[in-house]
Amino acid sequence: MSTLTLSKAINSGLRRAMDDDPKVVLLGEDIGKLGGVFRVTDGLQKDFGAHRVIDTPLAEAGIIGTAVGLAYRGYRPVCEIQFDGFIYPGFDQIVSQVAKLHYRTRGAVKMPITIRVPFGGGIGAVEHHSESPEAYFAHTAGLRVISCSNPQDAHLMIRQAIACDDPVLFFEPKRRYWTKADVDESLALDSFPMGSARIAAAGTDATLVAYGPLVQTALDAATAAADEGISLEVIDLRSLSPIDFDTVEASVRRTGRLVVTHEAQQSFGIGAEIAASITERCFYHLEAAPERVTGFDVPYPPAKLEEHYLPDLDRILDAVDRVMGRPNSLSGQGL
Amino acid sequence: MTAPGEKAHPEEAKLLQLLDADGRRVPDPELERWVEDVSTDQLGALYEDMAIARRIDVEATALQRQGELGLWPPLLGQEASQIGSARALREDDFVFSSYRENGVAYCRGVGFEDILRVWRGNSGSGWDPYSINMATPQIIIGAQTLHATGYALGCQQDGVDSAAIAYFGDGATSEGDVNEAMVFAASFQAPVIFFCQNNQWAISEPVGLQARRPIAGRAPGFGIPSLRVDGNDVLAVLAATRIALDRARSGGGPTFIEAVTYRVGPHTTSDDPTRYEDSNQREDWVRRDPLARVEAHLAAAGFFSDGFRDGVKAKADDAAARLRAGCHSLKDPEPMTVFEHVYSSPHPALERQRARYTQYLATIEGGNR
Ligand SMILES: Cc1ncc(C[n+]2csc(CCOP(=O)(O)OP(=O)(O)O)c2C)c(N)n1
Ligand SMILES: [Mg+2]
Repeated sequence: MSTLTLSKAINSGLRRAMDDDPKVVLLGEDIGKLGGVFRVTDGLQKDFGAHRVIDTPLAEAGIIGTAVGLAYRGYRPVCEIQFDGFIYPGFDQIVSQVAKLHYRTRGAVKMPITIRVPFGGGIGAVEHHSESPEAYFAHTAGLRVISCSNPQDAHLMIRQAIACDDPVLFFEPKRRYWTKADVDESLALDSFPMGSARIAAAGTDATLVAYGPLVQTALDAATAAADEGISLEVIDLRSLSPIDFDTVEASVRRTGRLVVTHEAQQSFGIGAEIAASITERCFYHLEAAPERVTGFDVPYPPAKLEEHYLPDLDRILDAVDRVMGRPNSLSGQGL
Repeated sequence: MTAPGEKAHPEEAKLLQLLDADGRRVPDPELERWVEDVSTDQLGALYEDMAIARRIDVEATALQRQGELGLWPPLLGQEASQIGSARALREDDFVFSSYRENGVAYCRGVGFEDILRVWRGNSGSGWDPYSINMATPQIIIGAQTLHATGYALGCQQDGVDSAAIAYFGDGATSEGDVNEAMVFAASFQAPVIFFCQNNQWAISEPVGLQARRPIAGRAPGFGIPSLRVDGNDVLAVLAATRIALDRARSGGGPTFIEAVTYRVGPHTTSDDPTRYEDSNQREDWVRRDPLARVEAHLAAAGFFSDGFRDGVKAKADDAAARLRAGCHSLKDPEPMTVFEHVYSSPHPALERQRARYTQYLATIEGGNR
């Protein structure tokens, strides 16, 4: 057991995956000497060589497209996209190639590509550095999409992603990179299945679903709610495609209430998918309409406004009040 | 191994220069006729611009260190590339830049507080692009080269002789957008200038990773004439940009300019170059400083008097003071502006979110929670 930041936990997961399989290669901008702008790949080029930790030219379509070729040739590329907002030049390769090749070739060609993306806001960054583009990828058939929230999961999940024969988008909560926790690096890779959710806090009154950076916020909300006598069950989804609906459904059947939170904008998002699916699955167990607490349907705002975009503890608690039928900001407003 | 008929090392594109690192005039009859009209006085003015750009940059870096700005991308060392090119432009030309061209913005007449708005986290754009004919600086590497090309096509269709100029870095030349821009510009002979500041780095990646041969050598393959210029020589940069503008205005189509310079500072204030940069390399380039050579040249011409130097310093200090004052004058944006300008007319889903959040803020402020 060692105490690691989330960033170091991913680093140690990458190291382990590279030790275990010589076909694992890392590709990205500034991932070599610099160790990536968040230092997630720190020291890996020194230890594994420039042929396995490859500083690429500055081109995201190039990174993903060459990863496709490497995968064709039997490699397991792990691509780093420097920031969420820079994935779009590579979007075409991801959606049109990476996602579809297994299907088109009737399984003959595997695309075991992992695409690491630091995502989300809350760090006071300039534009294109705080986005949450996960829904685009969850909406694309053929891609698996996962997001870690804590160092232990981060360590295992990056290894699971690399070991997976399907392409995986791995969303790293950048504002939690410096969160420290004990990590057991000896845990078996299948300690939990890659697509499974986790009950982060057990509760009885309402189910609060989160992933990535907002899991900690959700846990804080649960603590605050407990002070008011409300017991929240917090679910850390871990996987966004597929979503572990069995776990969410079982919880909602117990609590009768659902709140989903994410930083990404609301419309057509992960929250919408969960609200719809849970309503289909256990409509008669719901005591209130599901609530979404999300970023607004606006481009990610400048840093000085991000507190008015990002879901926080108070906005989550306000939605909890709503599903609990308690007084809340919209009481009597008809909004 | 070379294939038959292929030269192992085709000659490197010639580096254009008019002032060497010691400030001596380098004779180049072809090039110097483009700056024949530049008097010692005017060279003094270019020097002053560079000194002010440097002072603004230093002040902004200090403001970042003091917590007033979230981030700042220094231009230190690239003053000649930015001032020499920007001073060649006409008011009706249009600039599409990256985040680093704050010296260019200064030449376009940007307000001091407007330079900082984005970096302080107040706004997505520092200025109204039409107010200074300079687009909102681009962070998505290379995207602006296509925008410049499209703008230039518009000028061409309108039958005016304005041109567009795209500023981008050596790293950007690897992006698809930049290569597509060159294809479009060449196909339609767009009046656009591709101005690449090769400052030797894309964050930690040396230029050799993006280009095995001089970057200027790439454009001719697209059918675009190319110039490789000493980017620390303000006079040569001015001349090269004038050549390109003349071609653009007279229907000759695009030009590619590689300004060979050096990023003396960090990539941004968040960067730590000690992890990747050899300090000897930086020292080498500091010896080729863009201001020092003009200073030496003006001194030799008897122009760099104490009076001149003090005058420049006073103007630079004044610019720094105005920048700092501008920074402090920026008020935090109002919360509800987060919902503004997403669309040009109301969008129902967003309006509902706005109404609910207004109500929410009122409740919070009313102390219900
Ligand atoms: C599409 C995209 N990918 C990655 C980045 C991250 N990034 C910001 S600046 C930079 C290096 C740019 O180098 P260069 O084009 O040489 O310009 P310079 O910063 O040296 O002026 C990178 C990789 C980005 N902003 N946009
Ligand atoms: Mg550069």
